Amino acid sequence: MSPRAACRLEALGFQEVYDYVPGKVDWLARGLPRQGAKATEKRAVDVVRHDVVTVRLNQRMADVRPRVGASPYGFALVVAQDGTVLGRLRKAALHGEPGARVEEVMEPGPATVRADTSLNTLRERLDERDLTTAVVTTPEGVLMGMIRRKDL
Amino acid sequence: MAKPILYPQLRLLLDQGAQLVEVLPPEEYADEHLPNAINVPLKKLDADKTTVLDNQAAVIVYCWDSL
Repeated sequence: MSPRAACRLEALGFQEVYDYVPGKVDWLARGLPRQGAKATEKRAVDVVRHDVVTVRLNQRMADVRPRVGASPYGFALVVAQDGTVLGRLRKAALHGEPGARVEEVMEPGPATVRADTSLNTLRERLDERDLTTAVVTTPEGVLMGMIRRKDL
Repeated sequence: MAKPILYPQLRLLLDQGAQLVEVLPPEEYADEHLPNAINVPLKKLDADKTTVLDNQAAVIVYCWDSL
């Protein structure tokens, strides 16, 4: 929609037109101020916690074991260098071969929610699936943190 | 040709006083919009509706997301 609006403005004689392509979703996901009737409605980004343990694909289980074992969520998240969520490493995986790499024992593609998700929607989703936590990411899939059902 | 921008450029332009326009329908704008954005829905975007804007200054448009 915004590319067409930008094009229309240029046709109307506007000299310097920019298109903020990621749009309102990106702004909301960053937890930036907003205005409007629902501006105070809380979203995932407003209650996200930053205490989840993260590990990398090529780390060895022997190296990550103590950290994963201490995770308050019963798992660690596997992230790329830029923070993109790649997988989940459960505590149950800790008992395997110490030399195994994280990549070999992780569960790929864990479900995530976007940071702009309203808390009402998030509460419904967690209840429907009987989940106690949600992994929150930016629209690009970069980890922002965790939300616990009991905090909603 | 309009320039596509991401948040860092948006921040710079806003700090420099660029005009911000949400092109979503009025109901969505009323619910929530970026601070100080004005609403000119795409379906009503014409010369009359844009007289509130300075056509010689930077204008940034946005909608819900990139889809």
